[in-house]
Amino acid sequence: MSMIKLKHSVQKGNFFLEVDTEIPGQGITGVFGESGSGKTMLLRCIAGLEPSTSKVSKPVHKRRVGYVFQEPQLFAHLSVKQNIEFGRRRNPEATVSMDDVVGLLEIGDLLPRSITDLSGGEAQRVSIARVLCQSPRLILMDEPLSALDERRRNDVLPYLDRLHAESLVPIIYVSHNIDEICRLSDHLLVLDSGKVVAEGGLQDTLSRTDLPQLRGRNAGAVVEATQSRYDDEFDLTLFGFSGGELWAPGRYDSSSVRLRISASDISLSRVPAESSTILNILAATIEATTSESAATELVRLRLGDDILLARITRRSLQQLGLQVGDKVFAQIKSVTVRR
Amino acid sequence: MMDFGPLWLSAQLAFVTTVILILLGAPIAWWLSQTRSRWQPVVQAIVAMPIVLPPTVLGFYLLVVLGPHGAIGGWWVRVTGDALTFSFAGLVIASCIYSLPFAVQPMQNAFESLPRKNIEAAWTLGASKLDAFLSVAVPLSTRGFVSAIVLSFAHTLGEFGVVLMVGGNIPGETRVVSIAIYDHVETLNYAAAHRLSLVLMLFAFVTLFGMFLINRRWQAR
Repeated sequence: MSMIKLKHSVQKGNFFLEVDTEIPGQGITGVFGESGSGKTMLLRCIAGLEPSTSKVSKPVHKRRVGYVFQEPQLFAHLSVKQNIEFGRRRNPEATVSMDDVVGLLEIGDLLPRSITDLSGGEAQRVSIARVLCQSPRLILMDEPLSALDERRRNDVLPYLDRLHAESLVPIIYVSHNIDEICRLSDHLLVLDSGKVVAEGGLQDTLSRTDLPQLRGRNAGAVVEATQSRYDDEFDLTLFGFSGGELWAPGRYDSSSVRLRISASDISLSRVPAESSTILNILAATIEATTSESAATELVRLRLGDDILLARITRRSLQQLGLQVGDKVFAQIKSVTVRR
Repeated sequence: MMDFGPLWLSAQLAFVTTVILILLGAPIAWWLSQTRSRWQPVVQAIVAMPIVLPPTVLGFYLLVVLGPHGAIGGWWVRVTGDALTFSFAGLVIASCIYSLPFAVQPMQNAFESLPRKNIEAAWTLGASKLDAFLSVAVPLSTRGFVSAIVLSFAHTLGEFGVVLMVGGNIPGETRVVSIAIYDHVETLNYAAAHRLSLVLMLFAFVTLFGMFLINRRWQAR
């Protein structure tokens, strides 16, 4: 697989960005970190908008690196269609079909409209279409959902899922929202104070318990699950994965879905609970335990080929005498399982 | 009988000056709005100077520079065989300098209010710096351009001191409307002075009113 080399160092005031790494040349690489960790600065360096010591000296407009900003940044004097054609007209080698892109993002009805009539979600979809139509070699997305409220966000997320599934162009997706990162990315880069503190496949990186950035409410794991049936009486979907079966609320349109399970949504017991409200009880093996705070422990569980993280109190760990290698039952509330 | 000669000459002068100022002023305004150079305030101050300088001071220096022995005037005589002072061409140069801030500042304000990321988006979409300026920054700054056009035209039409110093009072060549009015008053021909003054008053009101009306429409959108 081809790789994309990222080597940038830049100083701004007393902030240093120092990145020297490689990311896969396909799929979505999530860049996660708190605000001020240098995520946006990294993207700006890659696009050429920020002077860095990178060996690439091509001017911005010749790089063919698409940039999706937090705000859509559409041009107010042009119609939706003219906005989409803007980048395409400037790239004689554009190969992406505009009809395909318009179909993918379902913006056909918007084309003749003026951009002032678009909702926030529609505008962001148009800006993504505009970037796709320029046939970029790489797309950078800088928190494309963070300027949208919850409802508008759900107007755009399914289209990012589609983009992910189609995998037309490698994407670097920056966010401080772990849910978005888990849902969309295949590879993960964790930034802290301008440095890469962790990188690797999404599942491997998420299952690490040594990173402060991936503790607290960010701790959790994902499993790639296959839909086995939908129960329409209770509106629940049953999924299968390497570690067993999982019920999740709602209905899903695709057969394979990536499910996210937060560490705090899993409890452990020595014996399977009976007549409990918890639908998902799965046999697991303890692989490691890490003290997270004075009160809590993160427990890494192996289920088949998958890893889950559970947060329990240190007191429970002691009372149950849990140790590495022990067989336990992981109880996961169905209502918390989501994509 | 209305004396149309000076009015027509003033209109020609204002038109030529405005065209030159928009073409020349837009890049200056763009540079002033975008640069982080430490020379920016220096250039900014030089551009703004005609606002505060007495027109006689400006006119005096222009007379020196544009005169047959001055740096620009001498060169002009060698190339064209004509003197620059007391000629229409000299008036155009003087007017351009005199009205420069009235063209640059509205355009600069418009450029400064553009979101920087909008321009960056154009660059990442494959537009060169010049292309992004022409196809994004300029069309999004229409209001600034309208103000710049109206103000430079009207301001050039109303100039007096600089013209008197550099252009004198040659009918059909440098006798613009403000000079003609002055002349009429000096010769106590108040009726003629009234007629020309009234035309200028009406013109000033109508253009400014029109400009503010357009601006208000755009704001409402």
